[in-house]
Amino acid sequence: MSGGFWSNRGIPLASLMLIRQPVRLAVALAGISFAGILMFMQLGFRDGLFDASVTVHRLFDTDIVLISPRSTSSVSMAGFPKRRLVQAMALPEVEGITPVNWNLLLWRNPETRGTRSILALGFEPGDPLFTDATLAPKAKQLTQKGRVLFDERSRPEFGPVAEWFREGRVVESEIAGKRVRVAGLIELGTSFGADGNLLTSSETFRELLPNTPPGSIEVGLIRLNADADAEEVVMRLKTLLPDDVTVLTKQGFIDFEQNYWKTGTSIGFIFTLGAAMGFVVGCVIVYQVLYSDVSDHLPEYATLMAMGYRLFNLLGVVVREGLLLALFGYLPAYAAGQGLYLLVRNATQLPVAMDFSRAFTVFTMILIMCMASAGLAMRRLVDADPAEIF
Amino acid sequence: MSSTTLSESHSRQGSRQELSVSISGLSHWYGKGATRRQVLQGVDLQIAAGEVVLLTGPSGCGKTTLLTLIGALRQVQDGDVRVFGQQLKGAGRGQRQKLRRRIGMIFQGHNLLRCLTAEQNVQMGSDLLPGFSYRARRDQAREWLRAVGLDAELSKLPHDLSGGQKQRVAIARALAARPKLLLADEPTAALDSATGREVVELLKRLAREQSCSVLMVTHDPRILDVADRLVRMEDGRLFQAIE
Repeated sequence: MSGGFWSNRGIPLASLMLIRQPVRLAVALAGISFAGILMFMQLGFRDGLFDASVTVHRLFDTDIVLISPRSTSSVSMAGFPKRRLVQAMALPEVEGITPVNWNLLLWRNPETRGTRSILALGFEPGDPLFTDATLAPKAKQLTQKGRVLFDERSRPEFGPVAEWFREGRVVESEIAGKRVRVAGLIELGTSFGADGNLLTSSETFRELLPNTPPGSIEVGLIRLNADADAEEVVMRLKTLLPDDVTVLTKQGFIDFEQNYWKTGTSIGFIFTLGAAMGFVVGCVIVYQVLYSDVSDHLPEYATLMAMGYRLFNLLGVVVREGLLLALFGYLPAYAAGQGLYLLVRNATQLPVAMDFSRAFTVFTMILIMCMASAGLAMRRLVDADPAEIF
Repeated sequence: MSSTTLSESHSRQGSRQELSVSISGLSHWYGKGATRRQVLQGVDLQIAAGEVVLLTGPSGCGKTTLLTLIGALRQVQDGDVRVFGQQLKGAGRGQRQKLRRRIGMIFQGHNLLRCLTAEQNVQMGSDLLPGFSYRARRDQAREWLRAVGLDAELSKLPHDLSGGQKQRVAIARALAARPKLLLADEPTAALDSATGREVVELLKRLAREQSCSVLMVTHDPRILDVADRLVRMEDGRLFQAIE
């Protein structure tokens, strides 16, 4: 086989048919790209929203998380006795614990005086909270009563807190009717349930929410020794602790939150439907283009059959046209997707980024789109009767 | 090379008959039931290897039907049709498709592929030949275009060629597959008389060089003299014309 595939090739009919009809090619590629961009956006939003729902969850410096079984999501966290967290200390694998208060509170915009709900976390300023090491020195500021650390990545509706603070001004505002002062800035990021975040000490937190029973917390963080198996400790804690707490691994805590948004809301459905619409629109466009392409060239296909080409060869031309369209329609969609993700990240602070699995999913969808359309357009080829062309 | 074995098998069949086409008692009908209409009535025709036969007759007399039956484009209904000794009555789709590779066809319209250059169009013909590399097939295509006098028009699209040039490309394409039988349906219909004459002479000369038989349907009285033999069809019956 000195010749091989390359030498046995024929005229590249599929690509020539596409290239020599630039308008049709442009329409097809625009349609496919559009469908691809739509799918990228919808799936990106969906995954971004699910990801965003756990922005804060991911930051915790913890291996195991205790929550109340009555908690359904970050926007409705119920309290449980802090005792349970202390009980967990009984296990030798447990290295440290951090009790955390967690609630949505009304923050008054210091500029416009409007209020908006913000996620407030209360903890003992000396306890480790986040894996981010820059927090510890700032946390010291919280030992003074009425001080908060404000998330500078909160949405602008909370007021120009970060700007004012950087300018050296004293930023004071009200939370739940109590006066607080911003003692520093942190960087967390918005999530689906919370447009902004702030940290405060447990003491201040109880003052902001005087109805919280003493000794009640919403989240308990448990850190283990480096060589401990979190799954196994979770099992032991479940038997050790009564039913008034749910024991989760850190990943379990993240899944718990994401699961709420995936199953408890229609977000997943809406955005998946949006992506499906993109798919359908793409199918219609590619089918139209390929079908009219085959129809226009029917006499030529019939001529080829009269010359002795097999129907199979001609079907191959249509399939290759579909493949080429898929490939060259996907590339601009991918590039545009990257650009739009950047735009979305800047405009909404949602953690939307191109990942391999989504890039692959969209490519697969485009491929299916083009192949299905090619398959349907092929049926037209059966009408190519070489006897009719004389 | 496989093309050698192909031609050997031709000559073995040929030696028995020395006929490219042998038809006896061929009848054909269109439609069904009450609208069924007979277009061919017991046609007999023999074409020897290398012979140039012209078929004339009024429109609608069945000439084109006869051509499509010989060209294995249509299923034979009744009668005996042998092309290169191969019986076409009852031949399946695949069998007819294979046979078509050995028959060149030239149509009333040029039927070139619009998206291919002249050279690529001709190569669609030579691509049917097994055992040649891409480069060899491309060189053959160029050779054929040179033979029809279009070496300057290699990379022009059909759109940019004149009617006569297009028909010459079509001839090159048909011959590029090295057929032993060439079927042409009014190849001069779209051409002016001088160009038509030129094209037909070219066709005949090249077919001769390849010892390829030609069956050409024509209305054009000015080209009748290129034929070795004239046959005339009327109402589905064939008559040997007296010269």
